[in-house]
Amino acid sequence: MGDTIKIIVPCGSLGAGVRPEEVEYGIAQGAHAIASDAGSTDSGAAYLALGISKNNREAVKRDLTILMLAQAKARIPIMIGSCGQAGGDAGLNWTRDIALEIAREHNLTPKIALLYSEQDKATLRAKNAEGKIKPLPPLGALDDATIDSCAHIVAAMGPEPYIAALQAGADIVLGGRTTDTAVLSCYALMKGAHTAASWHAAKVAECGAQCSVYPTRGSGVLISIDSEGFNVEPLNPDNRCDPHSVSAHMLYENANPFLLTEPGGVLDVTNSVYTALDSRTVRVTGSVWDKKPYTMKLEGAAAGRFQTIMLVGIQDPAILSRIDEFHDNMLAALNQRVRSAIGDAAGDFHISLRLYGWNAVSGDKPAPGTPPPREVGILFVATAATQAMATQIAKACNPYFFHFPINLEKEIPSHGFAFSPADIERGPVYEFKLNHVVEVSDPMELVRLDWIDLKLSEAA
Amino acid sequence: MAQVKDVVHHIRSKNAGPYWVTFDLFFDGEASFEKYATSPKLGPDTFARLYGADPAFVKSYPVPNLHMVKISYARTSPQGGEVERDMHCGQQYVRLLDVELD
Repeated sequence: MGDTIKIIVPCGSLGAGVRPEEVEYGIAQGAHAIASDAGSTDSGAAYLALGISKNNREAVKRDLTILMLAQAKARIPIMIGSCGQAGGDAGLNWTRDIALEIAREHNLTPKIALLYSEQDKATLRAKNAEGKIKPLPPLGALDDATIDSCAHIVAAMGPEPYIAALQAGADIVLGGRTTDTAVLSCYALMKGAHTAASWHAAKVAECGAQCSVYPTRGSGVLISIDSEGFNVEPLNPDNRCDPHSVSAHMLYENANPFLLTEPGGVLDVTNSVYTALDSRTVRVTGSVWDKKPYTMKLEGAAAGRFQTIMLVGIQDPAILSRIDEFHDNMLAALNQRVRSAIGDAAGDFHISLRLYGWNAVSGDKPAPGTPPPREVGILFVATAATQAMATQIAKACNPYFFHFPINLEKEIPSHGFAFSPADIERGPVYEFKLNHVVEVSDPMELVRLDWIDLKLSEAA
Repeated sequence: MAQVKDVVHHIRSKNAGPYWVTFDLFFDGEASFEKYATSPKLGPDTFARLYGADPAFVKSYPVPNLHMVKISYARTSPQGGEVERDMHCGQQYVRLLDVELD
């Protein structure tokens, strides 16, 4: 069967909670490397636009400390992708500084590779002019104004930059934006394991123990990739994988359950076979890698217009029994109020009222006859071109929002105020702006590789 | 008169990247899977009606070995944008529960 490559995937995302005893178990099984991503697009565009992590710094430091101590002891490399959530340069540097702090505190001297994949706008405009940037559905062709509107743009790396770093002797590779699967598959691909099995194992392991039968029982998994397929088992001996839990994970956060497009190819699992090897380990064979021209997916994020919010609670049964009518009347009154109080200066503003307890999530009218709830919370959201204007709109609406009656001829009520001051500035709305791929002639073309060799600095 | 909630043992919705929403419907057995996985009642028209989806961007993938169907559509408003009400689309499946299948 050839050499088997074993990779510890200690958690779904760095900072989610690595368990030291699980890492020890993986090392005792003969693991060759440790790999995890540290983020994704999943939590929205704000993290890329702002260059901040969703995770608490201490949680990331705690997880990385466990991994770095294991690395130093077992002498196996660590690969971390999409550092700092969105994988922009700021997120990578934030993670680098945490790693250096850990090294200092524990007298560790790893050789650290840094893979930067944030993109320069001029480079992308040139690529666009050459016709090298192609849209993915549902978006259309890219214009330069969209590139320019982004705060930060990253290109998702494949495994090749990691392989270059590992071959140059990296103990730790900290990567900018990378596909979740590339960071987990890179070591096995470098060692010549089965290509499709390496990618498929990485997809199964991308969320750590989520591919197991009891996803909350433990954090990580061990993937073992050979020349024909791969095995996956939870790192917690009390947990188990079965063919259903493993095959069902292919469905997760993926629009197509059979095909996964990656830099340089497409993973096809249509004919994959999932077999229980024992009570807790699943073997997978039959996956196919369809090689394609090399592309990298671009992600760009920008801050848009600004929002100011207010919140009230309502328990009045007279209002709740006519809640849709109340919503429509109040919304019309608030829009009218802004037009009369602020006029054209308000610009192209937008107000929405979200009735938590009734229809806030869908915004739909519930079916006729749906019983009224005991209370609803109404979230007022004003959107405008500037924060100052969003707040002026909220202030203009304040008396109506807090006292709007269901019977106009009766004494005006006071709804349940949650806060004072009532209006809360939420800042800008962040949006992803790109859903495109860029063709590159070489996987390193849009990547910068930097080094921090603590062995050398110690020697000096 | 079967509704979606009568013939699935598990159903979920989730964002699939910033531009797509995906629904996983795990049927309660092979018979329900065979009968309903490719039903027009779970087709583009239903997703257009319930979610305002563009029918051209509604994709359906039956997965026979799991007795499930994955249905994905292109988001109609940007993830986390001005009118966002469900960032991860985790609650979007609820509107499917009452869809009449036959």
